[in-house]
Amino acid sequence: MIFKQPKKYIRSHEPVFWGLFGAGGMLTAFLTPIMILLTGLLIPLGIIEPEALNYEKLHSFTSSWYGAAIILIIVALPLWHTLHRIFHSLHDLGVQRGRSWQQVICYGFAFAVSVFVFTLLLQILTM
Amino acid sequence: MSKKLTPSEKRLEIEILRYHPEQDEEPYLQQFEIPYTTDMTILEALQFIKDHLDSTVSFRWSCRMAICGSCGLMVNGVPKLGCKAFLRDYYPNKITLEALANFPIERDLVVVMDDFINKLEEIKPYLIPEKEPQFLTKGTYQQTPEQLEKFKQYSMCINCGLCYSACPQYALDNKFIGPAALALIARYNRDSRDAGSAERMKIVNQEVGVWGCTFVGYCSVVCPKGVDPAAAIQLLKVESSKDYLIGMFKP
Amino acid sequence: MSKRRPYNRELSSDWWLKDIFYSQYMLREGSSIFITLYSLILAWGVFRLSQGEVAFNAWMEALQHPLSILFHLIALAFALYHSITWFSLAPKAVDLWIKGKRLNEKIIILTHYIAFVFVSIFCLFIIIS
Ligand code: SF4
Ligand code: FES
Repeated sequence: MIFKQPKKYIRSHEPVFWGLFGAGGMLTAFLTPIMILLTGLLIPLGIIEPEALNYEKLHSFTSSWYGAAIILIIVALPLWHTLHRIFHSLHDLGVQRGRSWQQVICYGFAFAVSVFVFTLLLQILTM
Repeated sequence: MSKKLTPSEKRLEIEILRYHPEQDEEPYLQQFEIPYTTDMTILEALQFIKDHLDSTVSFRWSCRMAICGSCGLMVNGVPKLGCKAFLRDYYPNKITLEALANFPIERDLVVVMDDFINKLEEIKPYLIPEKEPQFLTKGTYQQTPEQLEKFKQYSMCINCGLCYSACPQYALDNKFIGPAALALIARYNRDSRDAGSAERMKIVNQEVGVWGCTFVGYCSVVCPKGVDPAAAIQLLKVESSKDYLIGMFKP
Repeated sequence: MSKRRPYNRELSSDWWLKDIFYSQYMLREGSSIFITLYSLILAWGVFRLSQGEVAFNAWMEALQHPLSILFHLIALAFALYHSITWFSLAPKAVDLWIKGKRLNEKIIILTHYIAFVFVSIFCLFIIIS
């Protein structure tokens, strides 16, 4: 009889990143098309009055804590979605070297931009 | 004995990837021409070739009715069951047959399935009762139609391996447990009579468990039995995430 | 002696170009590059906002550059592609049961599209008002 050594199973930490990926993907699916249409096309082309997104309006919105929170989520959360995909796409494309470094760079980038936006918003809030 | 083709018969060109380990360095394509009728399957075409044109062509089959799962092969690059794919869907174009992708070729259209079978075995594909298994004299395990419905779809798998040859993640890294094995885990974990979830979740929770999947979704497209492994995997990702959260609070 | 010599076929690194299904998958994953860039543009906007009115207006003006318009057009196409694929795969992750039957796929997808239209109109309304 062959006796099999019980296999060791190592739990992955992927649920953390998958959760952020899912939340970001959901937000992106619902919000990003209209956001791009507004900020990148309709307003710059003057189809909607540029006044719709003027400094004062945006600044006062960002100066409330809930406004700042909304901006943070809209700007930063999609990055946790996209960088997760980019990380896995590297594997799909056969870039096998330094997987753990790829991971640090990808999620590190999303983290860094999140912190960047967070500090800016904090600055505006406490101004 | 060779059957004479009458000129009035419609014909179809079939190309087969041949490989004889005793003599060939690597596989090569060989052309055949067969008489065509609208009711012929790919498997029947192969049987015609073996009976009348070249008896050395090797391929697997048994039931001829999409139940045994042994006749999987690539038809023009798409994983199919030979007995469930019809020539009429390709006629008059040439058909190229190849051994199931992502598996090593044993010979011609026969692949080495050991890795796949080992993975199916690894997930403990049987009911693990909560208490001591009870004798039949004490009565059977009861289940409502609703409880059956929760896993029935995932129990339809015939272990044909088509989903593995459709899965780029398995192709990239064959340590990935793969679609059918995960669907089979869902089949048992969702069964009200089973209490083995905790053991199987250890497999699911690994990097090469459910997290090896990037939701390409092709497995569910090629599956000949409508199992939808991609859906089973998504549900298991949610389960694994819950398991992760619970694991954080009670080590 | 065994004559077995299983042959392993190599996976070429352009596997995703060989089947339309795989190409669509890669296109879906590729959408993330454009959405990343768009998020960075927004992050830059927040940075300019924090610097004051002049800086912010310069950012708004930069968005009018033809290259910026072109980028946003492409990004919009990719973002929509992401939404479509996201909605079409959504039912696979929903484990909702009503009266012993799993919720119909079409209903789940349709709900997503209705919500999508609703969110879009809502955003448009907020900006205009
Ligand atoms: S899940 Fe479908 S494709 Fe995969 S082995 Fe089972 S029957 Fe075949
Ligand atoms: S011969 Fe049994 S499944 Fe095709």
